[in-house]
Amino acid sequence: MKSPTTAGAKPEQELGAEQLGMFLYQMMLMRRFEEKAGEMYTRGKVRGFLHLYTGQEACAVGAINALEEQDKVVTHYRDHGHALARGVDPNRIMAELFGRQDGVSGGRGGSMHLYDVEKGFLGGYAIVTAHLPLAVGLGLASQMKKQNAVIMCVFGDGSVGEGEFHEALNLSVLWKTPVVFFCENNLYGMGVPFHESLSTEIPKLAAAYNMPAVSVDGMDVLAVHRATRIAVDHCRAGNGPYFVEAMTYRYRGHSMADPELYRLKDEIEQYRKRDAIEKLKAYMAERGDLDEAKLAELGERVEHVVEQAVDFAEQSPNPPISTLMDHLYKETAGG
Amino acid sequence: MAEMRMRDALREAMREEMLRDPDIFLMGEDIGAYGGSYAVTKGLLEEFGEERVRDTPIAESGIVGAGIGAAMGGMHPMVEMMTINFSFLALDQIVNSAAKLHHMSNGQISVPLVIRMASGGGSQLAATHSHSLEGLYAHFPGLKVVCPSNPADAKGLLKRAFRDQNTVIFIEHTANYSVKGEVPDDPDFLVEFGQANILREGSDVTIVGYSGSVHQAMRAATMLQEQEDLSAEVIDLRTLRPLDMETVINSVKKTNRCVIVEDDWKFGGFAGELSAQVMEQAFDYLDAPVARVSCKDVPLPYNRNLEFAALPSEEDVVEAVLAML
Repeated sequence: MKSPTTAGAKPEQELGAEQLGMFLYQMMLMRRFEEKAGEMYTRGKVRGFLHLYTGQEACAVGAINALEEQDKVVTHYRDHGHALARGVDPNRIMAELFGRQDGVSGGRGGSMHLYDVEKGFLGGYAIVTAHLPLAVGLGLASQMKKQNAVIMCVFGDGSVGEGEFHEALNLSVLWKTPVVFFCENNLYGMGVPFHESLSTEIPKLAAAYNMPAVSVDGMDVLAVHRATRIAVDHCRAGNGPYFVEAMTYRYRGHSMADPELYRLKDEIEQYRKRDAIEKLKAYMAERGDLDEAKLAELGERVEHVVEQAVDFAEQSPNPPISTLMDHLYKETAGG
Repeated sequence: MAEMRMRDALREAMREEMLRDPDIFLMGEDIGAYGGSYAVTKGLLEEFGEERVRDTPIAESGIVGAGIGAAMGGMHPMVEMMTINFSFLALDQIVNSAAKLHHMSNGQISVPLVIRMASGGGSQLAATHSHSLEGLYAHFPGLKVVCPSNPADAKGLLKRAFRDQNTVIFIEHTANYSVKGEVPDDPDFLVEFGQANILREGSDVTIVGYSGSVHQAMRAATMLQEQEDLSAEVIDLRTLRPLDMETVINSVKKTNRCVIVEDDWKFGGFAGELSAQVMEQAFDYLDAPVARVSCKDVPLPYNRNLEFAALPSEEDVVEAVLAML
């Protein structure tokens, strides 16, 4: 899966049929991949914590496709969607969920800790907000080494109460590091509504640190993409960080273990009516970029890729016990 | 060779390494214009400029995290924690990010980072500012823990830390900053990790120390010689991870007795680990149980008499040796 290129085009320019098709494909892939991951969890193939991204697809697709090849992504533990959007091999993501040797993290990380350095995907982070200071440091390295790389730092609304959120935003503005702080506000920090755990609105926090901040409809991939393109351009031009809040919603529980006692089924139904995939389909159909045949073809492709990922994961061996102590320390030349 | 204090040897190490490697930069609270709380980084801002010597906000977790990120991005940062006491605020970043990313990413990511911090009691700074946590950091696989006791080791070990591809927790006992010693001026002078140093050879008892406690051990050895005609071998561990048990075990096989001195609390402290390893590897050679001389199990009080009663002294070491004869 190659990343669609929107680099060079102005953010306000309309996307072409090919790019829209890629967005739709990626979102459908995420939806199906997560359904399958959930199924594999209930069958005991995937263990540990599993946090599904279902419902939030427009965020990852809109934001991560605003990046160029040299850019980097760090994200939270609900990370499958971001890895897929960045072009990480679905086979190796599924194998990681299975804990197998061919997983992106060799079976050492699991669902919450996916890494693919070659793709500039520097990880899912399972301690809430821990990756925000890391993003500032990555931005600093890009700046000091003159790499012109922008760091896309994805986190949830649950992050904003942590001290590190404020430390990272402040440092990033002081040092003008090229970081897009991309907040996926899915309305709940686990089961607590965000307005019960925050005394203000999220973009105001960024504004308080003199960082430009916008809030967009996270159920609209084109709106997310437009906003993050502006953000990425701002960072790349050397103007320092930029904050984007995307208002979104997760259809599934916080994790597979969530009994969802804190919200009503009706609320989920209301959001499903605004589904981002359906919205993009309707937009493309209206433009004449999508018909039944093309949609069926996309569906088959997605099905094939996900089935193949499960087969790949099933066939990949467990990492040998003899490798248990590998990668504890990186070898240092001369000692 | 030149005689200098430990703080100057540390500064020389950073200076030389920064001249050697343009990816090295420093950041921390008041390390620039102020020159560092213990004057270790004094003059480096003037020499290397604001890009490479960065004053930071007081935000330990944020700056350690930024150091980790910069290291992941190909730089080799040094973050100064001012004192080890404040490193609690950055503990999650050190333990969950720095120590684990290489392993958890299956070797894809590495975190070449030096985190320096001043440690130790004895300066009447009271309970929140007097910790000795070398053993705490040594607990975590994935970290390297270095704690020099003298200027030459401080320079050689810090230079070695900047040539490591992993995170090195570099702990400096405040009582050692003004200790003077001969320091090699060869820019490639390095002290390897995992090599304990026999500071004094002896045959009746092995006294093991690290960081500040090496000095109590040495004074105790002199007292034992002069007052009791006993010959003590003194070992400075220099690094706790990697740990050179071979030197300790070989010594215990010779002396048949072992006393461990540390400023840390006895309960759950590093001496417990050392003691267990001596028991596991040299049980048949021991003529007496291994003794631990540690800090009393209490937060360090401000009052001078109380503080000194809590900290291990050379008299405590002598007493422990005499009790095992």
